[in-house]
Amino acid sequence: MTIALQKFDELRLEHVRREFGSLNALKDVTLTVKRGEFIALLGPSGCGKSTTLNCIAGLLPVTGGAIWLDKRRIDTLRPEERGFGMVFQSYALFPHLTVKQNVGFGLKMRGVSKAEISRKVDDALALVRLSGQAQKLPGQLSGGQQQRVAIARAIVIEPPLVLMDEPLSNLDAKLRLEMRAEIRRIHNTLGATTIYVTHDQDEALSLADRIVVLKDGIIRQVGTPNDLYERPEHIDVADFMGFRNRIKGKVIRQTNDEATLAVGDSEITGLLRTSVQNGSEAYAAIRADDLITGDPGMNAFAARIDTIEYRGREFVGTARTMDGIDLVFRSDHAVDLGATIHLRAAPERVLVFSETM
Amino acid sequence: MIRDTSLRSKLWITAVWALVGFFILNLFAMIASVVTSSFATRWLGTWFPAGWTARWYSSAWSEFQLGDVLLVTFEVVGAVVVISGLLGVTAAYALARREFTGKKIIMLVILLPLIVPPITFGIPLATVLYQTGLAGTFWGVVAANLVPTVPFVILVMIPFIEQIDPRIEAAARVFGANTFKLFAHVLMPLLLPGILAALLLVLVRTIAMFELTFLVAGPTSQTLVVALYYAVFAAGVRAVQSIDAMAVVYMVTTLIWLIVALRFVNPTQIVTRAKQQPAH
Amino acid sequence: MTMTVSAEKHHVESGPSLRQRLAAQGFDAVTLLVIPSFVLLALLFIYPFAYGLVLSFEPKAGSAWSNYVRFFTDPYFYSTIWKTLLLSVPVTVLNLVFSLPVAFRVRLLYRQRLLTTILVIPITLGTVLIAEGLLNYLGPQGWFNRALLAIGLIDHPLRLVHNYWGVFASLVINGFPFTFLLVLSYVTGIDPALEQAAATLGASARQRFTHVYLPILMPGLAITFCLSFVQAFSVFPSAVLLGEPAGETRVMSIAAYQAAFEEYDYSLASAIAMIMGFVQLAIVIGMMASRGLFYRGPATGAKG
Repeated sequence: MTIALQKFDELRLEHVRREFGSLNALKDVTLTVKRGEFIALLGPSGCGKSTTLNCIAGLLPVTGGAIWLDKRRIDTLRPEERGFGMVFQSYALFPHLTVKQNVGFGLKMRGVSKAEISRKVDDALALVRLSGQAQKLPGQLSGGQQQRVAIARAIVIEPPLVLMDEPLSNLDAKLRLEMRAEIRRIHNTLGATTIYVTHDQDEALSLADRIVVLKDGIIRQVGTPNDLYERPEHIDVADFMGFRNRIKGKVIRQTNDEATLAVGDSEITGLLRTSVQNGSEAYAAIRADDLITGDPGMNAFAARIDTIEYRGREFVGTARTMDGIDLVFRSDHAVDLGATIHLRAAPERVLVFSETM
Repeated sequence: MIRDTSLRSKLWITAVWALVGFFILNLFAMIASVVTSSFATRWLGTWFPAGWTARWYSSAWSEFQLGDVLLVTFEVVGAVVVISGLLGVTAAYALARREFTGKKIIMLVILLPLIVPPITFGIPLATVLYQTGLAGTFWGVVAANLVPTVPFVILVMIPFIEQIDPRIEAAARVFGANTFKLFAHVLMPLLLPGILAALLLVLVRTIAMFELTFLVAGPTSQTLVVALYYAVFAAGVRAVQSIDAMAVVYMVTTLIWLIVALRFVNPTQIVTRAKQQPAH
Repeated sequence: MTMTVSAEKHHVESGPSLRQRLAAQGFDAVTLLVIPSFVLLALLFIYPFAYGLVLSFEPKAGSAWSNYVRFFTDPYFYSTIWKTLLLSVPVTVLNLVFSLPVAFRVRLLYRQRLLTTILVIPITLGTVLIAEGLLNYLGPQGWFNRALLAIGLIDHPLRLVHNYWGVFASLVINGFPFTFLLVLSYVTGIDPALEQAAATLGASARQRFTHVYLPILMPGLAITFCLSFVQAFSVFPSAVLLGEPAGETRVMSIAAYQAAFEEYDYSLASAIAMIMGFVQLAIVIGMMASRGLFYRGPATGAKG
């Protein structure tokens, strides 16, 4: 393997701001990426994750703060002076160049000799398993193959940092899984440092060493996939990690690590994730998996079943409580549409968040 | 596009906008000088005329028989719009919905009158029309003007029809619409914006179409633009202000319809004909 | 195909009806809708062209080729080709060269519509009005000369009408917006991510233009050149009104018009029109051929 990525210690974003209209703005992003890490920027569309990536790449100017690569300040450099490899959502392959010319484009711009370009391009194409397609034009390739060309083109310039902007969103489900594994394999083989933008939490959880969750231009939480999945620190992060039930109530009492909310006539108790004040509004978040049919009592809601779907081993349904809250639940046996049941969640599976952070 | 903030690129950007500004300035100054002249009592050797008057408009109206000319213009334009709409939309529908042998040749025949300039095919066309006796008549002028407008309507309408899902028509048939009802209740409402846009563009282009009308028109079938040409050609016979008054009448006629058309179409469509060109 | 043939052999009596066979080729009632338009164009476009071609070989006097011989031996005629090219080629090149950088700036604008609307005005007004306007504006007493005199750039009014430059100016005013709007539609059609990709790969602004934009734009620019050239080549009213129709702006369309409507020699007029069409065709084919060459280059030019 002749592709040797340039070494660096860390990339630092310090209070990076980008204000341009209200959408996709960055308010204050501070983040450190260590060499060899696979970082996923996760969030809904318009949250600023692509903006962050474009600011790192130099495609968008920042309006405040600084970006450092070790001791070098890079936010003032033009994109062509930064030398990062980038994979675009639309792949952005040059339609008039062959696969080989596309991959060799960055080396040619750097004035590398033809023999050297040829050797490195061959290595890169071998790495992405596309050696046989070198002379084709991008238009003759399938989506997955185009994706591989885009990756080869980004890594062949031996960048310190590889940036990927939702690279799998244009692929069908099966190919997406396959390419996900490919991307991780290439990352590991090269010992690359990758920043990966996605709106798909599955992708982020399975690929990344650390996940950065963004919402409204602010970092909500940074952590390992396990941290985020088990211990979201914000209701928006919980939302993203599959806590589909979000129940609003009033805090009536709390202990060190638990709080109880009044929701209509019912009460629900869960683990405190953020500090809340008695009497204020708060959210209880529950995964559909953890809300199951059971007996009335503590942490249970009476609800009427609206829909029920068979999912192989279990049933997943939606139901509406007497107070008009829609809930998604799991059941291991069939239940009747329109029947009134009791849905309950164990307090240790319920997370309580303050309304605003 | 990546925004570059270096001094060189700023100079370059300034130069580009200066160029655009210079062009637009001259364009407006040219139009303004025609308008100014049409209201001038006497304008010789000064920045602005000695005095202002509107009498040139009444004298132009009678000298050039503008009433008659405008009537002929609107009759010609009306006939061209209706006929090219009927022929063009139906043909576009067939070409958008069917693949058949020889379609490429038909597309070429449709494309050619838009690419070949009017003066090139206008001379042989005028020759034929003179031999058949059509030239000089109202219908001769209409026929000549149909040559570029029918293809124009077809090319604008094809992409418009293609983007209407054929399953909508199938659905209408499933729900019991016969061909007439299908057309009246489903296709027309969907196609109307496109037809309107295409026909407005035909209208603007036909008012301004000089070459074809010029080559085939007789004294009683002249449109406004041809009458203007003869007036400018015979400059010296009439006062310049009178000719300019006629030019302003022509400008107003054209620009009113342009403004109407621009409510329904993108300005670039006037030039690029259709969003995608079907064949080159 | 072979299956239908054999089927017909076996069932001569009950073979597919004419209607079915036509439907298999894509002909049905809907397809017939194309006929009225096609007939119209055949009568008013193809037939006159063919008729003109035949007529051009039936001169008033002399052999079949005598119109063409006369055209290419009499400088009064053959010089019109040169005069027309001398106007149309520089104007087209100039319009194209100016359109390109402007289109690159304009596509960044959020409000393109105002500018494109302004630029559509001269196209809509047409050549006759522009000729009349420029006679006023560029004349010795016009505002253009006055302004140049006032800022002291010139001592005497420039002679800008009734010569080459008058026609040149009118072709720019008419042609630049046309060329620009075509170029703009091609430039905006390119995915901006391509430029961003090139930038992240280390290409400078100049390299991005020469290695990415230009090759991708080339086919569009070739078409734009052809359409703009053909427009400029067929210049007529402004060459008469703004130029020197008996001298340096005696373009081909004037020669053809005079033959037809002043000498009533339709045969000669047709011959000139055919030569005009042929010159246009030659330039267009040359342009398209070079486009083919250009496109093949990068597609197969890779080493190894």
